[in-house]
Amino acid sequence: MHIPDGFLNVATVATTCAVSAGGVGGAVRMVGKKLGEKQVPLMGILAAFIFAAQMLNFPVAGGTSGHVIGAALAAILLGPWAAVLIMSCVLIAQSLIFQDGGLLALGANIFNMGIVASFSAYYIYKLVTWLAGANRRGTLIGGFLAAWFSVFLASTCCAIELALSGSSPFGVVLPAMAGVHALIGIGEGLITGVVLSLVLATRADLLQLQRT
Amino acid sequence: MKSKWWLIALFICLLVACLAPLASSSPDGLERVAEDAGFIGLGQDAPYQVIADYVFPGIENEALATILAGVVGTLVLFGAAYGLAWLLKTRRRRAA
Repeated sequence: MHIPDGFLNVATVATTCAVSAGGVGGAVRMVGKKLGEKQVPLMGILAAFIFAAQMLNFPVAGGTSGHVIGAALAAILLGPWAAVLIMSCVLIAQSLIFQDGGLLALGANIFNMGIVASFSAYYIYKLVTWLAGANRRGTLIGGFLAAWFSVFLASTCCAIELALSGSSPFGVVLPAMAGVHALIGIGEGLITGVVLSLVLATRADLLQLQRT
Repeated sequence: MKSKWWLIALFICLLVACLAPLASSSPDGLERVAEDAGFIGLGQDAPYQVIADYVFPGIENEALATILAGVVGTLVLFGAAYGLAWLLKTRRRRAA
């Protein structure tokens, strides 16, 4: 879902850059206040894992592929602000080094896949684990749903930006983006679930850390 | 050993990067929508290229070039995010 340059108009680029700059600034402040000793290497690991996992496009229906965003996993393990920082690191490196996602579109990409995906995943995970209990079952169901919604909502925001930019009418781009990403979200949910069960089996303390 | 758990985790991340040549090369969700809705032509290439499209330049074997790009990116991101987190934590300790 990395938007290249040219898809967004000047007003959308300026607005999303301003919002994302504010969001990343807030994330730097919040993470600086809260980050614990044990969480420093975890930030590095999550950024490395999300980058590697994003390279693995999996096929979805009809000659289309998708890859995980990873924001849900980061938000569940480290909280939404740290997830915003991790996603920003990944998206900036992808844009600068790998020419994946435009330079001017970086603000929109950080907004969609960083801010929207991280915060939606975090609050949906909180809601589900509150309803289903903070046990193994609740964690896995919460992880799956959080991951699915993060992809779905990020793609919806992406579609709205494209429509506001005049690239494509709302009625075309919104259902198309939401439809494809409803499928990609299932992949994100399954992969998030697998990684969370691996974390539960080996380092369950990492999930406890986040709650405090 | 437990204090170096992240070494094992980083190794797993590098293994994941090595699977990259197996990834689907079909257009992703956004590219597909852009093609179908007819606005893919609006896209502009970056003004410069470093490791464009996750293929390390100057290597003939495409699978190897992809793996190398993945390994470089994985290490860069581990370093960048670790460094940023360490910096934020250190700055707080100094301020306190």
